[in-house]
Amino acid sequence: MTFLTGWGRTAPTPATLVAPRTAEQLAALVAEAPPRGLVPRGLGRAYGDAAQNAGGVVVDLTRLEPRWSFDPETGVVTASAGRSLHELMTALVPKGWFVPVSPGTRHVTVGGAVAADVHGKNHHVDSSLGAHLRALRLLTADGTIRVLTPADELFWATVGGMGLTGVIVEASFGCVPIETSRVRVDVERTRDLDHTLEVMAATDDGYRYAVAWIDLLARGPRMGRSVLTRGDHARRDELPGGGDPLAFAPSSRLTAPPWAPNGLLNRVTVRAFNEAWYAKARDRRIIQEIAPFFHPLDFVQGWNRVYGSRGFVQYQFVVPFGEEGTLRRVVSRLSAEGVVSFLTVLKRFGPGTPGMLSFPMPGWTLSLDIPAGHAGLAGLLREFDAWVAEAGGRLYLAKDARMRAELLPVMYPRLAEWTKIRQMADPGGVFRSDLARRLGL
Amino acid sequence: MKNALGSVDSVLLLGGRSEIGLAVVERLVRDGARQVVLAARPGTSGQVSALDDGPSRGRRDGHGEAAPGHGDGDGAAARLAALGAEVHRIDFDAARPETHGKVIDAAVGLVGDLDVVIPAFGVLGNQAAYERDPVAAAESVAVNFAGHVSAGLFAARRLREQGHGTLVVLSSVAGVRVRRANFVYGAAKAGLDGFAQGLGDSLHGSGVRVMVVRPGFVKGRMTAGMSPAPMSSTPDQVADAIVQGLRDGAETVWVPARLRLFFTLMRALPRPLWRRLPR
Repeated sequence: MTFLTGWGRTAPTPATLVAPRTAEQLAALVAEAPPRGLVPRGLGRAYGDAAQNAGGVVVDLTRLEPRWSFDPETGVVTASAGRSLHELMTALVPKGWFVPVSPGTRHVTVGGAVAADVHGKNHHVDSSLGAHLRALRLLTADGTIRVLTPADELFWATVGGMGLTGVIVEASFGCVPIETSRVRVDVERTRDLDHTLEVMAATDDGYRYAVAWIDLLARGPRMGRSVLTRGDHARRDELPGGGDPLAFAPSSRLTAPPWAPNGLLNRVTVRAFNEAWYAKARDRRIIQEIAPFFHPLDFVQGWNRVYGSRGFVQYQFVVPFGEEGTLRRVVSRLSAEGVVSFLTVLKRFGPGTPGMLSFPMPGWTLSLDIPAGHAGLAGLLREFDAWVAEAGGRLYLAKDARMRAELLPVMYPRLAEWTKIRQMADPGGVFRSDLARRLGL
Repeated sequence: MKNALGSVDSVLLLGGRSEIGLAVVERLVRDGARQVVLAARPGTSGQVSALDDGPSRGRRDGHGEAAPGHGDGDGAAARLAALGAEVHRIDFDAARPETHGKVIDAAVGLVGDLDVVIPAFGVLGNQAAYERDPVAAAESVAVNFAGHVSAGLFAARRLREQGHGTLVVLSSVAGVRVRRANFVYGAAKAGLDGFAQGLGDSLHGSGVRVMVVRPGFVKGRMTAGMSPAPMSSTPDQVADAIVQGLRDGAETVWVPARLRLFFTLMRALPRPLWRRLPR
């Protein structure tokens, strides 16, 4: 038995962890799944309990027949599920191609990215990964590998389906041509929340990538002040010249210590960081490499340990456009309570995919990470859950580690449809996870 | 599943009319638990007995009974339901260990994984009466100790299979060092305490925890009419400490906490002094 947690390092549970190397070994595991079932796991970047399975089997897919291929004619990449976006970028960027969607870390697997229907800073124009998928190969409970396309219902139950419809063994998706491995970024500061929302709503669409970092500890008239970083892939003629315009060699130059005291991230340290970060940002245009723009936290290996032994909770919700009042309520409540969220990110979503449990929908999404030991956190987040559900919004399952089952059908109105398709694909309930049990999925 | 912030979804209370037990369940429900199984002796609705033993056998344990007014299972179930829980009631008889496995299975059949299991049954009795009636004394031990052994082992087996969950064992300071004044009860609690520690060690690495709770004198229904010992507590205080312990993943909880130090000293007290203690 191996104790596993998500990236937030909360609620560990033991499971039999196996890493098949061949499709036959994987099929055998599915055929012999124990009563507690089985769930696939990639690089463990889901924050909560999506890739945990107490008392059952967890299948590590990162060793499975590592393959990928790329067709430069069509720009379509086909990769086995355990390949990471980091590996794909390392191979594709020097050829002048970029993944269609990149979440806040490159260290996620293709399978996990599909199962969570991940989004990136370009959601407002490019939607989530599901929108770029051409085909999936899914090993289902009956032991067969099904080739699925967007014409299949099971395809859209699997995209965002949190690994509960079967094991994704391969995915194909279209990539984006790039001239350089740099990003032209406009940095802009805003005064307060209203100003932030106003600027984003007015000019986000002029950028392929857009996100706002919010200083949650700022109060009063400065509440919700932000630093917007918005940009697009730089053209060759925008580079200062010299060097390989498609060079891609990101490094993790820092490693978090194996142990950090609880409470290292507190109101004082985070306020100091926020002040410095806001002060440092000046309205200007810069050229950045891919890694620091898309994946700033990948710079510090194991950054999740900085939260101490009790771990942390990521809370990400979306509320539809027109529900800015809910967003404002949440931000002012967080600010008033002095909740310490080290990285608070606000972003506008565009249209979602047909994924039945896919998270994104047109609206505002806010993501927070808060030390799990924060006093009163459970009650506060439950209050937010109710507001979000009331506003017609939802929480992101890939980040959730604490919501209640009863809100799920409210937040995901297509849950019943998903359940029906999943029931057909896996009548015996082979694919199970802690998240599934907690949320009654 | 216990979530990232320590809230649970399901709880099984064995001895479903226990005052402390119900206070714990109520707190867990307020904190988000939605599935509750109250397992109690059949046919006792409206009475104070949760046990095979009739009330004549002795006074109910301080953590064994519900207060008047909401002592019956119907009232407790209704209150928990009003807080949003789905409440299931099943029959349970602490004195019939051969049925305990089926009780656990029935609870699992109703709610799936058991996040918290609380065996909260017990009898206190009267020491002088036990000395007059050794059979009654043995029967009380069968409930206070043997009943917990079977219920605890059956529960532990299930929790081990599911790979998570906490078994809350209601021990007592009476078992930390057994006193002349209530040695039948104290001996059973001493046995229970040792059993629970051993069980907890046997489950190490399985994802399952056993939390041993050692309250002092609890001013509850069972101790009504007795003058409280020093460092006594109320069932609500005991429940608060248990819920905090669950959240923290504690192995041992003393209520109040300062009893830990006090009993460290008491254990070192020379026996001639110990046996002269008034109570």
